[in-house]
Amino acid sequence: MANDFEPVIIGFTCNWCSYRAADVAGTTRLKYAPNVRLIRLMCSGRIDPTFVLKALADGADGVLITGCHPGDCHYLEQNYKALRRHRLLQRTLAQLGVEPERVHLTWASAAEGAIFAATIDRFVERVRALGPLRWPARPKPLPVAVAPELAEEALP
Amino acid sequence: MKPKFAMYWAASCGGCEIAVLNIDAKILDLDANFDVAFWPAAMDAKYKDLDAMADGSILVTLFNGSIRTAENEHLAKTLRRKSKILVAFGSCANEGCIPGLANLSSRESMLETAYGGPSTENPAQLRPQPTSQVPEGALTLPPVQPVVRTLDQVVEVDYHMPGCPPESHQIAAVVDLLVQVVQGRAELPPKGSVIGAGESTVCDECPRERNVKHLTQLRRIQELGPLDTTLCLLEQGLMCTGPATRSGCDARCPRVGAPCIGCYGVAPEALDQGARMMTAIASAIDAKEPEAIDGILDGIPDPAGTFYKFSLAHSLLRGGRAAHRETETP
Repeated sequence: MANDFEPVIIGFTCNWCSYRAADVAGTTRLKYAPNVRLIRLMCSGRIDPTFVLKALADGADGVLITGCHPGDCHYLEQNYKALRRHRLLQRTLAQLGVEPERVHLTWASAAEGAIFAATIDRFVERVRALGPLRWPARPKPLPVAVAPELAEEALP
Repeated sequence: MKPKFAMYWAASCGGCEIAVLNIDAKILDLDANFDVAFWPAAMDAKYKDLDAMADGSILVTLFNGSIRTAENEHLAKTLRRKSKILVAFGSCANEGCIPGLANLSSRESMLETAYGGPSTENPAQLRPQPTSQVPEGALTLPPVQPVVRTLDQVVEVDYHMPGCPPESHQIAAVVDLLVQVVQGRAELPPKGSVIGAGESTVCDECPRERNVKHLTQLRRIQELGPLDTTLCLLEQGLMCTGPATRSGCDARCPRVGAPCIGCYGVAPEALDQGARMMTAIASAIDAKEPEAIDGILDGIPDPAGTFYKFSLAHSLLRGGRAAHRETETP
């Protein structure tokens, strides 16, 4: 049932702006979609495409990357790194047949709780419309039939 | 009685076998200390001979090639049973290598490209059939599986030896180690170890001068003028995957002016070679505006094929949706 689909979304926030924005959204009791599991990092520049790919491979339907507005990075320019990685990752994902829109980048200052909540709502609806990703699980190798340790009799 | 040695090729090009022969006179040490029980590329052997061997009777098997067909899978499982030590030998067995790039496409489109593509002369439009009737009887071909898998996605693997192919000096060192183990003069490394390779990245072995990178363009080698012979290739605008690639090759390619293409696979401690390379490239690009960034990224016309040239089948996503779709359970 497509209507029952609740997207699983992993959201990466930076310690200084976007996590504070989520905090403001919470303390002002704004309601927004509960689909996003937020993970706080020190900076959006810490986000390696590995994190995004691992989330998608392990069951996430979308990934939200958030950071300080350009020019506001606590570490000067690291959010530009996030921007460049995001754009490159989207090109690679498109080749792999993953809709690039499943990985969204947005900026949020510490004061933008309402904007942040609305962005999450919009992103959840966009991923809901795309449908589940359901990436197949990693194959599990068969157990070894023979104990792999060196048996004495194999040696002269 | 000497312990038994085997080497097998699954979906591979045969380069690994040649690399083993390239160890020169060292091959005699292998012969002096091992009985070659099964090595289709080097000696006559039938699958029934292998089937007749007792489980665990082969001391060490070097398995190269990825798992593309049902036959590859069957041999991987058989050799696992027959071998005390199973080594994933070379890039294909470890990470899928070039055969693994087929995971960007569906099986149908892959076969279509191979048998009907513009570079194929096939006027009768023949396609491989699972069974063909000939006067002598029925001939069968092993089914092609939807997704290329690596050896460790099919059976447990004891050691990993990367490289396309592994460098001969690394193979010689591993042969030396095996001989010493057989003679009781050395211990095997812990199970699961990467052998015959380095513990850093290609950049660490590269003699070229490295600086803080400010990439303003990425170009193909023929589009660039004469290259500086001492400066980092990436800094000169050439896509070099050294930062994401495991060391062990002595940086042979960048040393002579050819960029690293990543054949030693994902760097130690990293999960995904392509993601690692995306991180490295994106960090080094000197642009802040989306349009300027895109202009530089246009210099990478095939990101998936560039970053995952050797490791797609073992990457986090293991391929594209087109290949995975066939394996989905409705």
